[in-house]
Parts: sequence; C-alpha cells; structure tokens
Amino acid sequence: MAIARLQVPSTVRAGEAVEVRVLVQHPMETGFRREADGRAVPMNVVHSLVCRLGAVEILRAEFGTGVSANPYLAFWIVPPASGELVVEWVDDAGAKGRVAAPIAVS
Amino acid sequence: MRAAALLLAAFAAAAFAQEAKRPSPLKPGPEFQSPDVRALQADDFANPGMLWVARGGELWRAPGANGKRCADCHGVDAVSMKGVSARHPRHDPSLGRLTDLSGRIDACRTRYQGGPALARESPDALALEAFVAHQSRGLPVKVSTEGPARAAFERGRALYFTRVGQLNLACTHCHDERWGRTLLAESISQGHATGWPAYRLEWQSLGSLHRRLRACFFGVRAQQPAAGSEDLLALELYLAGRAGGLAVEVPGVRR
Repeated sequence: MAIARLQVPSTVRAGEAVEVRVLVQHPMETGFRREADGRAVPMNVVHSLVCRLGAVEILRAEFGTGVSANPYLAFWIVPPASGELVVEWVDDAGAKGRVAAPIAVS
Repeated sequence: MRAAALLLAAFAAAAFAQEAKRPSPLKPGPEFQSPDVRALQADDFANPGMLWVARGGELWRAPGANGKRCADCHGVDAVSMKGVSARHPRHDPSLGRLTDLSGRIDACRTRYQGGPALARESPDALALEAFVAHQSRGLPVKVSTEGPARAAFERGRALYFTRVGQLNLACTHCHDERWGRTLLAESISQGHATGWPAYRLEWQSLGSLHRRLRACFFGVRAQQPAAGSEDLLALELYLAGRAGGLAVEVPGVRR
C-alpha cells in the first residue's frame, strides 16, 4: 500500500486562494535501468493524476519518465463550495492510489 | 589555586582525548547542504522522508505475527520512544552485544511479536526505524561509550583512523582534516550521522546509515563491510560519540 500525503487547510473563507500540496510515494521507475544481470527494469511511473473537489475536476496531470521518485505537487485553488478534495492516480502497473481531505468554505 | 585549576584543565583535556577527536566548531549535516536541500528537510510536508515516517506509524499500530502491536507495549502515540534513537547504538544487556536502532527493533519483533526479523534496508525496516528515530528529533545525541560499549567504541575509533582502499584514505582525512572543502561538486561534511536514516536524493529513497557508510567505503575503493556487521556498528558508535550533543534530525535530506 503506497503512502501519500495531502495538505490543504480544512476551513477556507469564500473567494480565498489556498495551496494544495500532494506527496505520493512511488519509485517512478523510468524503464531505462537494468538489473545486474542485464534484464531491463520495466517502466512504472504514475502516468496520470487527477484532483477533484466534489464533482469538479480541478487538475489533471500526466507524468512521464522525467519526474523523480516520490512526486510532489503544489498548486493553488479557489474552492467554490465545501466538499471533499480527492486526489487519485494510476501507475503503469495498474496500481491505483487515492487520498482525500475535506474542505469547508465559510 | 591556579595550579589546581591547570591540573583540572589538563585532566579534562586528557578525558576529552579519551573520547572522540571532534572538529571545532561542531556542525551538523545540513550546514554542508545547499539551501534548497536544507529547505526540503525543514519542510515537514515536502520532506520525502516523512513518507517513511508515516508508513512507520502505520506499522507501529499494525498487529504483528502473534497479534501484538508495538503500540500495545509502548503506547499508541510513541511518546515512549522519545530519546531512544539518541541513545543508540548501545550495548543491549538482553542481547549481550552492541546493537543499533534497527537491530533493537528486530529484537522486539522476534521476541514479542513472534515475527521474522525484517531484512535490513527493506522498506518496512526503514519505515519503522525512521518513525522511532523521528520521535527523538531535536534531542541531543548521547550514547554510552563506557563499560561494555568501550571495546566497540575503540574498534570504531581504530576503523575511523585506518587508511583503506585504493585511494588509501581514512575517514579522518576527509571529515576531520578537510570538512568544508569540496570533492568535485560535493561539499565535505564533518560526518555526523544525526540525520540518518535520511532521504538521499541520489538514491531517490530513504536509506540507512550503514548503506551510506558502505557508499563511503565504495568511494575510496575499499572492500565494503556488510550492513549490520560489527565493524559498521562499531563505526556508528564512534560517530555517535563524536557527534555527542548535536540534535537528532531524522528524517534528514541529503544529496
């Protein structure tokens, strides 16, 4: 089970911009490396990551081999309404991850 | 009176020489890192080592092979682990030998949780060690180098000052005599291990001190002692004695 962290203020004033920070534990294997016996290590990166607030898609990211292990994302949003902020991702091995935090807009 | 004071000073100096030879002023690892790496370590959210600490917290609360959790004996919030990492490596009377934190955690797992020992450097071993060591963050390193630990400390000191490898260097040649200077793009630290286990950007992962020490042996083209070997434990003890008073900073971030 991959570990991930999501940081966002739990309460926000309406119209206020807040920073969302995401840290996902993942090896981000490029596919270029080889084992000591010459076998290629198969590529396995988090290829897509989606952030939603309620039903609204806020951010969609597509990653490749250029992103380092344990990717870190930070971005700003102005939450229109209260809801659950959900970040979901899929890697090349098909493993899915999800992390969520509630946001209350007052 | 003055003679007595001088005598006392001489005794103090002699006692100090018995301990480790220490660089002056004592500088922890981050002082030799670039500002961005220092900022990454200081940021408790972005510091990637915190992923291992978080995982270690899960393991702390998860049942072991016989259903017993770490938390059942030591408490859920791990407050009881405060200061434990600052005292390791130490001579453990119940084991009858010198052990580091990861060895001590393994002893707990096999003795009280009925489970197999964790392989050194395995993700779970690193996570638990990081989680336990993190509870001591900010506390000064204070290991015992007396009594049963003395022999290992002297062994560590001997290793520290022995030239090894094709480059024919001892630890002291870089970390006492040339700290603050550079090896190509890298600045040479004083070699205090207060941030380990640390997230090393080169490895893109958290790694143990023994892995880092082995990398040093590799760097001078010497034979590498095995992780968890008596040699590396002794060296770790010597380094901890030498870093005495510096604060634990696990999880550190290093290039």
